[in-house]
Amino acid sequence: MNRWIKTVQALTLAIAVYFSVGATGAGARFENLGHRLMCTCGCAELLGECNHVGCPESTRQRNELAAAIAAGKSDSEILVWFSDKYGRSVQASPRTQGFELIAWIAPFAVFAAGLLGTILLVRRWMHPVEGLSGGVPVPLTKASERGHEI
Amino acid sequence: MASFGSFALLVALVLAGYNLLAGVLALRLRVIGPVDSLLPEQLGETARRAGVAVFVPVTAAAVALLWAAFTNDFSITYIMEHTNRELPGPYKFAALWSGQEGSLLLWAWLLATYGFVLRLTHKVDVRLYAYASTILAGIQTFFLAVLCFAAPPFALYTGIIPADGNGLNPLLQYPEMVIHPPMLYLGYVGFSVPFSFALGALIMRYPGEKWIRVTRIWTMVTWLFLTCGIFLGMHWAYAVLGWGGYWGWDPVENASFMPWLTGTAFLHSVMMQEKKGMMKSWNVWLIFSTFLLTLLGTLLTRAGLVSSVHAFAQSSIGTWFVVFMIIVLAVCIAAYVINRDHLKSEHQLTSAVSRESSFLFNNLVLLTSCFVILWGTLFPILSEWVEGSKVTVGAPFYNRVAIPIGLFLLFLTGVGPILPWRGTSYQSIRRNFVLPVVALWMTAIACLVAGVRPWKDGSFSPGNFYALVAFALVAAVTTAILTEFLRGAGVISQQTGRNLFGSLWLLTRRNTRRYGGYLVHIGVVIVVVGLAGSAFNRSEEKEMGLNDKMTFGPYILEEIGATQDSNRNYNSEYALLNVYRNGVKRFQMAPEKRVYVVNGQPQTMVAIHSVPAWDLYVVYEGVNPENGQPIIKAFLNPLVGWIWVGVAVMALGTIVALVPNLIPAREPGATGGEF
Repeated sequence: MNRWIKTVQALTLAIAVYFSVGATGAGARFENLGHRLMCTCGCAELLGECNHVGCPESTRQRNELAAAIAAGKSDSEILVWFSDKYGRSVQASPRTQGFELIAWIAPFAVFAAGLLGTILLVRRWMHPVEGLSGGVPVPLTKASERGHEI
Repeated sequence: MASFGSFALLVALVLAGYNLLAGVLALRLRVIGPVDSLLPEQLGETARRAGVAVFVPVTAAAVALLWAAFTNDFSITYIMEHTNRELPGPYKFAALWSGQEGSLLLWAWLLATYGFVLRLTHKVDVRLYAYASTILAGIQTFFLAVLCFAAPPFALYTGIIPADGNGLNPLLQYPEMVIHPPMLYLGYVGFSVPFSFALGALIMRYPGEKWIRVTRIWTMVTWLFLTCGIFLGMHWAYAVLGWGGYWGWDPVENASFMPWLTGTAFLHSVMMQEKKGMMKSWNVWLIFSTFLLTLLGTLLTRAGLVSSVHAFAQSSIGTWFVVFMIIVLAVCIAAYVINRDHLKSEHQLTSAVSRESSFLFNNLVLLTSCFVILWGTLFPILSEWVEGSKVTVGAPFYNRVAIPIGLFLLFLTGVGPILPWRGTSYQSIRRNFVLPVVALWMTAIACLVAGVRPWKDGSFSPGNFYALVAFALVAAVTTAILTEFLRGAGVISQQTGRNLFGSLWLLTRRNTRRYGGYLVHIGVVIVVVGLAGSAFNRSEEKEMGLNDKMTFGPYILEEIGATQDSNRNYNSEYALLNVYRNGVKRFQMAPEKRVYVVNGQPQTMVAIHSVPAWDLYVVYEGVNPENGQPIIKAFLNPLVGWIWVGVAVMALGTIVALVPNLIPAREPGATGGEF
C-alpha cells in the first residue's frame, strides 16, 4: 500500500511541476490575463476572446496589457491598473477576497450542503422509521434488478 | 386600427377578469355551498366559456398590430419605433416581438391559445381543469392588465407623424429571429399550464396521481419548445453577432436557461412520484419554481435590472412583475402550508445504488446548476448594494463553477439509465459498467494521443482539460445508452426473429417514454461533443488585397474581389473568397457587411461552411481606411455543427416520448427508466 501511495505522490508532484513550467512566460501571462479581463466596448466578451467586428476598444486594451507585461508588472498590479483606468467591472470575475469571495464560495457551499442533504435523505429513506412509511424491504428478483419490461 | 386594438385588449381583460372571479366563486361555492346546487356548475361553465372567448379579442389585437405594421401605420408609436416602409414582410411579422409591448402581446396571445386548448379539452377531468383554467385566467388577467395600462402596444404617436419609421434593429433582421422568440415564448408561456395544474391539484387536494400524467405531457411539450428556442437563439448569436461564439453567459441567456434546468429536474423527479409515490412536495415546488423563473426571466429581459446585450426592450414595468411574482409566491406558499398534509409521501429506498437515488442526485446537480446561474446573474446587483460598485460575473466564473457541475450531470446521464429501479447487485453493476468504463479510458487515451491534452503552451489549460474529460464521458455515456438499446433489441430479436433495426423500432414503440428519453440523452451527449470542441477554436485576421491568400488550418482562402450591392432596405459590401483544400478549389464564400438605410446601423452577415469536424466561419470586417484593403477574419470552430444535430436528436427523442406506447406499459413500479 505504501508503495502505491508514494507512486501517486510522485506522479502528482511530477504533474504539478510539468504544468507549472512555462506558466510564467510572457505569452502564457498575456493569455491568462486576457481571459481575466473584459473588453469594455459593451460586447460582454473577454478581452482575450473579443473578436467582434470593428471593436473600438480591444486592440488598444490588448496593447496596454502587452506593454504592462513587458514592463515587468505583476499580475495583481496589472489587474489593479486596469480596474483603476476602466472601473471595477473590467475584471471578468469576482476577486477571491473580501465580500467578493462569497461569489465563489456560495455555489460550492450550496452543492456541498445539497450533497450532504441528499446522502442523509437516502440513508433515512433506506431505514425508514417504523410506522411512518413502513414496509419491509422486498428482496430483489432478477427481473426487477434489470429494470427491463420486455 | 389603434382604437380597435386597444378595445380588443380591454374586452379580453374583462373576459379574463370574469373568468378569474367567476371561476374562483364557482370553485368556492362548490366547496362550501349545498351539494345539490346547480349554481357552481353553471357559474363555472360561464367562467370556462369566458376563458375560451378570451382567445378571440387577444387574437384580434395581435392581428391589428400586424395589420398596422404591414400598412405602415406610423400613428402607432410601436409601429413607428420598430418598422419602416422598406422592411421585408417576414420582418414586419417579427416586429410583433421586437419590442416590449409587442412581445407582451405575443405572451398574452400564446397564453390565450394555451388556455383555449386547455378549456376545450376540459372533459378529461372537469374539476381539475376548472382549477387550472381559473389559475391560468389569473395569469392572463395580469398580462392583459399590463398591456392595457403599463405597456400599451397601440399607444398613439404624439406630434407630427413621421413619413417613415425607425426600422427594425438590424440584429433582428435574420430568418431565425422569425422563429426563435416565438419558440422561446411558447416555452416560457407554456410553463404556466403545468404550474396551473400543479397549483390547482394542490388546492383541490387532488386524489391520486392522474394530474401528474396530465401535467407531464404539457411540461414535455413546453420543455421541447424552450429547448428549441434556446438553441435557435444560440444559432442566431453564432450566425449574426460575428464573434464566433454562441453562448456568452449573458443575463438574458441565463434567464432562459434557469427554467429549462428546473423543468428538466421536474421531468426526471416526477417519475419518482408516478412510480413510487415519492417526492410529492418536491415536485410541486419544482414546477412552482420553474414558473417563477420564467417570470424572473421576463423581468430581467424587460426591466433592465442587469446589464445585457439583449437591450432590445427595456422599460419600467419591472414593478408590475415584482408585485405579481410576490403574489404568485404568496399564493404558492399559502396553498402549500394549508395542504401540505396531502403531499405526504411514501419514502422508501431499497438500495443507495438505484434509479431512485440517481434521480435524487440528478435533481441535486440540476438545481445546483440553476443556483449557480441565478447567483452569478444576480451577484452584480448584490455587490452594488454591498460595495457600491458593480462586479462583472463573466465566463471565467461560470467556466470554473458550472462546467465541473455540468460534467457531473453528464456522468449521471449515463449512469442513471443503467441503474435499475429499487436496487442492484455487484454482479449487475459489473455487467453494466464494464463496457462504459472501457470506452471512457480508451477514449481518454485516444484523445491524449490525438493531441487533446490538458495543457497548452506549457501551462495547464482548464478548457482543454474539461474537453478531454467531456470526450471521455461522452464515450462512456454513449456506450451505456447504446448497450441498453442493443440489449433490449437482442431480446426482441430472439423472441420475434426480427432483424436489428426492426427490433430497435419495436423496442422503442413498446416503451416510447423510456427509449425516447434515451434518445434525448444521446442528443445531450452530441451537444456536449459540440460544446467541448470550443476549447480548440482558433482565429486569424488579415488584410487581403486582390488575389491575396491566407493559409488557415487545412484551407487556403484567396480573395478574388470585393464588391457592393444595395436595395431599398440596406447597402452591402462583401468579399468574394475562393477556398482551397489540398490544392483544389472546393467552394466560394461571400462574407458581407450591411448598413441599413433607415437608421445607418451596420450588421455583419457571416459566411459559414460547416462540415462535421469544424465550421469555417468567415467575417468581412470592412476595409482599412488607410489603404482600402478588405479585412477578413476567419475562425475555425471545431465540432460546432454537432450542437445543432444534437438538438435535433433531443427534439426527436422528446417527440418519440410523447407518442403513446404500441402496447400499454405495465403498471407503475415495474418499468425501467422513462422520460
